[in-house]
Amino acid sequence: MTGFVERVFDNVWLAALVKVVAVFALLLVVVILLVWIERKLVADMQNRLGPMRAGPFGVLQTLADGLKLLLKESVIPRKAELGVYMAAPIMALIPAFLIFLVIPIGEPVTVGGTTITLQGMDLNVGVLYLLAMSSLAVYAIVFAGWASGSKYPLLGGVRATAQMISYEAAMGLALVPVVLFASHRLGGEVPLIGTMSLSQIVELQQGAFRGFVPGWFVFWLAPSFIIFMIAAVAEANRAPFDLVEAETELVGGFHTEYSGFRFALFFLAEYLNMFNLSAIAVTLFFGGWLGPTWPEVLPGWISALLPIVWFLAKTFVLLFVFIWLRATLPRLRYDQLMNLGWKRLIPASLAWLVLFTVVTAWRAWGAPWSS
Amino acid sequence: MALVDYLPIAIMFALALVFAVVSLLLSRLIAPHDPTPEKLEPYECGIVPLQDPVQRFPVRFYLVAMLFVIFDIEIVFLFAWAVQFEALGWPGTIAVGVFTLLLVETLVYAWRRGALDWNIPHRERYRRVVAPEIEEAA
Repeated sequence: MTGFVERVFDNVWLAALVKVVAVFALLLVVVILLVWIERKLVADMQNRLGPMRAGPFGVLQTLADGLKLLLKESVIPRKAELGVYMAAPIMALIPAFLIFLVIPIGEPVTVGGTTITLQGMDLNVGVLYLLAMSSLAVYAIVFAGWASGSKYPLLGGVRATAQMISYEAAMGLALVPVVLFASHRLGGEVPLIGTMSLSQIVELQQGAFRGFVPGWFVFWLAPSFIIFMIAAVAEANRAPFDLVEAETELVGGFHTEYSGFRFALFFLAEYLNMFNLSAIAVTLFFGGWLGPTWPEVLPGWISALLPIVWFLAKTFVLLFVFIWLRATLPRLRYDQLMNLGWKRLIPASLAWLVLFTVVTAWRAWGAPWSS
Repeated sequence: MALVDYLPIAIMFALALVFAVVSLLLSRLIAPHDPTPEKLEPYECGIVPLQDPVQRFPVRFYLVAMLFVIFDIEIVFLFAWAVQFEALGWPGTIAVGVFTLLLVETLVYAWRRGALDWNIPHRERYRRVVAPEIEEAA
């Protein structure tokens, strides 16, 4: 058995294949659960039961919905630009799956003599990869809106584009202090080297002050986290920023003309993005998989699994916030949305970046005129 | 990093593509397929659509896209500096500070000119502040 694992992970191709299939399966299971959890939570907050029939407490409801959508007719409107129309749902899905590859979900595991990182791949430009992949999601929405040949999708698509690119700028600015702080933290040990690798950023958050407060970046970078979280809700097109699919004005927004399984792919991509953004926030601000594992008390296999449990638990706490917001807040007006993005979030993140940089630099090297 | 380290991207791309295409083909095979002329019309809440979708939309969306390009490029440069923050010290920080100042100026300019305004009352502001300026210049 041990020999087998070693042989698989010695082969680069097989190792990559195994990891990718594992990530893919994890994402599908998580999304199926997430849709159910969201429906149950929103139902609880609105004093109803939510899905109850498919499986115990309706846990199989998402599977039943997926099956139903698979059996439904996929109507292609007469005026649609066929190629782009058909490609758009697939283009929404692929980046949603790709983002998660760089996120470490657990402590590296050693089986026999081989150490396996629980991460699709450990890119040294991890943070840039996240930004690149999350900006690809815009294309699917533009193409879907434009290719449908119908007015509601077109309006929804144009709105979605402006919204997503606006909040992407704020999100990118909010992440600069994280990279800067990681570089600062590393500076003491390895001069001249910074990092954008997500596994290294997680490791930098190890330790605790005063014995019980964890060394998570959020305690230094709380404003970054708040800006990131607001931008994340807008990037995922979730309430209160779901103007993209504002039912009262735009019917279904960019996916009005999509039915059957094409719609299901958009739906899947939306929930994947929500999970991805929560996982990114956990990795960058809440120490990723870090957490107590009590190796002396618990049996070995439980301590080995605990980091994954910590990671998923933290991620689901943030997902709860997403769902909570949806059940609580009314939708913004479009001009309020753009004002919040450009006139509040971007200046706020710029100001925070300048403040954080000056304070960090001052503490590291003293006044600029003294050096 | 070697090129082979990026292999998971290619594999995941292929896997997601295969998943999407196979499920769409499967749906095509088992789902009913019965297009009627009414069903294929663009959605218009049940009435017959009288006109094609609008081909023109407000120029503001274009302005936002242009501003985004400026800011996104700025952010990429900031990452390059942030990752080497510790190595570059005060000189690097001050250089980036000047660079950021120029971009803040862009934002202030766009803001003052009303490029970030979306609400109708702000058109009032345009008439009051910007239009006299243009008139004066002409």
